[in-house]
Amino acid sequence: MLFELEKVTYSRAGLTVLHDVTARLPVGANSVVGPSGSGKSTLLRLLNRLADPDAGRVVYEGKDVRELDPLALRREVSLVPQLPALIDGTVHDNVAYAPRLAGRSFDARSCLELAGLDPAFEDRDASKLSVGEQQRDMLARSLALEPRVLLLDEPTSALDRAARDAVESTLRRLRARTAISLVVVTHDIEQARRLAEYVVRIEVGRVTTQGATTEVLDEQEPQSETRGASPAAAAPPRITAEDAT
Amino acid sequence: MMLPLAASSIHVTLGEVAAALALVAIAAVASRSWQAGLEEDIGIAVVRSFVQLTAIGYVITVIFDEDSFALVLVLIVVMVVFGAFTAWHRAKGVPGAFWPLLVSLAVAAAATLGLVVALGIFDATPRYLVPVGGMVIGNSMTAAAVALNRLGEDVHDQSRRIEATLALGATSSQAVTPLVRRSLRSGMITLIDSTKTTGLIFFPGTMVGMLLAGADPTDAVRLQLILLYVLLGAVSIAALMAIALARRNFFTPAHQLREPPEP
Repeated sequence: MLFELEKVTYSRAGLTVLHDVTARLPVGANSVVGPSGSGKSTLLRLLNRLADPDAGRVVYEGKDVRELDPLALRREVSLVPQLPALIDGTVHDNVAYAPRLAGRSFDARSCLELAGLDPAFEDRDASKLSVGEQQRDMLARSLALEPRVLLLDEPTSALDRAARDAVESTLRRLRARTAISLVVVTHDIEQARRLAEYVVRIEVGRVTTQGATTEVLDEQEPQSETRGASPAAAAPPRITAEDAT
Repeated sequence: MMLPLAASSIHVTLGEVAAALALVAIAAVASRSWQAGLEEDIGIAVVRSFVQLTAIGYVITVIFDEDSFALVLVLIVVMVVFGAFTAWHRAKGVPGAFWPLLVSLAVAAAATLGLVVALGIFDATPRYLVPVGGMVIGNSMTAAAVALNRLGEDVHDQSRRIEATLALGATSSQAVTPLVRRSLRSGMITLIDSTKTTGLIFFPGTMVGMLLAGADPTDAVRLQLILLYVLLGAVSIAALMAIALARRNFFTPAHQLREPPEP
């Protein structure tokens, strides 16, 4: 099992955000689905110790995350935040940030390629990119750490449909090409259906149901017209420098 | 080196002080005519400055008369504590800011006063230590408060970016470093700019005071230069230490931001 949450409770500013949450996230592609304010982003932050629960414990590959070095954990379990939060500098500077801190070598161009961003973007000012391009730059800088797990917080919420499809395709391609596991937080059930093999549904800070996507979502939700898009086979749409000019 | 004191001193009467209030009246009238609502603050400032300076005048007189190093030490400790409290109120966005401010002001005062005595610039007597200590602590307080206030605002405004870098395996120190540079600059830039323009755009207070007291202009300038350089050192120490000690208060030992961004 990749992650296990055991009776996790987390409060913030006097409000209980997660109530006695018990959930499992296996190796592979997972999704945490729920409406806005349900606590799913908070749950994601607990997985790589950006916060610690008030009660209960979070277990990563059999070990309580509080027993692990938080920096090593975050380099292995990398979180891509919902909103662009790039450092000042070029696309390359952002990709180089984490591996340089960790003293690791990296290949910026292949990370950009893997994230679906044309390597020709490498020397561009990151603050001048579109939101979709920034999202991919953030994905590329996480990939530069060669993490075992990617935590993605609403990776397409700020994107239009075409950009969303492109990011989803990139994630599916990533899964097909690497052994990386995903935990995708989304409010969009259809997205969970398209991306995940295992789903945890959460509402008002409580887990309502969890299990294989085919069991949990197909029983409860109408099937989407986009369902069944064959993930791994699809060539990932890539943002090229020409597209952006 | 001990600088020569003014050959003659001037005597200022209370009547002359009261006459200067005419200029305060101009400020009050200007505020009233433009409905700036500053009359009350101007009144409080006038009364407080009169009471505080008169009181410290008597205290300094006693200390000078006693010629006691212990009394000087007590006065400097009181100024450091009061300065830390005042700066703390301006740096409310920084968790646990009082102790970093107290330590930074104490170190800035001790280091600069110790250095000017050790280098033979001033004698270790109340006549030098008290006024120089007051200037050092006052300017250090302002610099540390401005620096921490800026740091608190920046950490709040950029909490998403900070947490994003923590999520990439940065230490709390690495995550906050870009903000620290800006905060340090904010704390020190006022004094640096005024030091750059001194003598061109304005005459600093010590020099003006010495000239009014009848001192030789060359002595007034040299003393002013010494004080400006001492203040630059003190302000740098205070702002650097306050930031270095306070920045860790934003984070837990596990490199987590204590007040994370809204989800």
